[in-house]
Amino acid sequence: MKYVDEFRDPEAVRRLVEAIRRMATRRWTLMEVCGGQTHNLLRYGIDEALEGCIELIHGPGCPVCVTPVETIDAAQELSLRPNTILASFGDMLRVPGSHGTLLSSRSKGGRVAVVYSPLDAVEIARERPQDQIVFLAVGFETTAPATALAVQQATHYGLDNFSLLVAHVCVLPAMQMLATAPDHRAKAFLAAGHVCAVTGFAEYDEFVRRFRLPLVVTGFEPVDLLEGILACVRQLETGVASVENCYARSVRREGNLAAQRLVEQIYEVRDTPWRGFGVIPRGGLKLREEWQRFDARQRFSATPEVAACATECPAGDVLIGRIRPTECPHFGTRCTPDSPLGAPMVSTEGPCAAYHRYRVASHAGK
Amino acid sequence: MCLGVPGKVVRWIERSGPLARADVEFAGIRRVCHLALVPEVEEGQFVLIHAGIGIGRIDEAEAQRLIVDLARLADGADWSRTGDRT
Repeated sequence: MKYVDEFRDPEAVRRLVEAIRRMATRRWTLMEVCGGQTHNLLRYGIDEALEGCIELIHGPGCPVCVTPVETIDAAQELSLRPNTILASFGDMLRVPGSHGTLLSSRSKGGRVAVVYSPLDAVEIARERPQDQIVFLAVGFETTAPATALAVQQATHYGLDNFSLLVAHVCVLPAMQMLATAPDHRAKAFLAAGHVCAVTGFAEYDEFVRRFRLPLVVTGFEPVDLLEGILACVRQLETGVASVENCYARSVRREGNLAAQRLVEQIYEVRDTPWRGFGVIPRGGLKLREEWQRFDARQRFSATPEVAACATECPAGDVLIGRIRPTECPHFGTRCTPDSPLGAPMVSTEGPCAAYHRYRVASHAGK
Repeated sequence: MCLGVPGKVVRWIERSGPLARADVEFAGIRRVCHLALVPEVEEGQFVLIHAGIGIGRIDEAEAQRLIVDLARLADGADWSRTGDRT
């Protein structure tokens, strides 16, 4: 595929690994922020190729993992309402709530539709005026424009049977919380490329100034990831801390202004509960007052969300890089992708799922 | 979740408003994608598609620049300097 295959070239990867190894005079600890990056780092064995030279720790970039238990509970509850269909990205179906998952709701007669896009949920609402369609709106700044566009399209069509269960989160406030933790270890950040495609990266200037940590906007293919790592190491070795863009084919400093304007029109920032973290100031989005009619919680008086989450899964520690997934006492024993204790083992972006898939499962097959 | 896939805009179906959409091709597979947020994209150009909508344009010159830089790396160019890739 054009603009994918070129950035998976094994020879280029080999040269970049060599360049990083030549440049690093000590073992640097870097954090990638996006769960998609986590998976590709493990999938392509980049962590192993740089072993002894770079330590990669994994950040809070999995929106599925940080969605509160109560949001899953509310989604289950809505799926069981008469004449209601809960539409969701497939990732969310096996995330445990207080009483099972959205998949288990199906077995109780709940109606759960998996969609590729929130706009597909709008189409379902058009086709089924007799049903209420609720879209479970999770995701970072990358995804918020899609759900905002869904609200705009639903308005255009005059739909009164479409609404959102909003659980959008924002990445920078979580990074700020992480960087202020006394035991944080990251010496530099690989910023999430597709979040930045929407937001741009000007907002990171203040973060870098405040914490004196290099930050490199990074893509997802192996060459992109290694480019980002190389740029981090270059800054660290020369004592520089700046915002650098290594994903210029997709990310511009100002981001996508049309997407930003639409998100601003539909949503406002709010203090938001993150599973495993507690409430993060300005850590997520809610519908603005004028769009409240699209808020499924209000429309159906669904379970309110709270930050409390009594669970055996130490998701918070994993998602800020305090412990590796393999250091969790439940990893691979009581907690597996087939029987997860927590969301990081379920999501296609969860760090525990990545380790299980690309380390435990693949090594067992050798 | 933040997966984004580059696709080539083949044909605009509707060019303006919240329903703006086009046929977009991904390695030979075509799908209708919503492009209300990348209205400037022309047919033949590449966009980054996430969750069925275009969230950005792929800058082909920048993509090419990286490919050329990688070739320079093969020639032993020094990448230890800073500031030339921001």
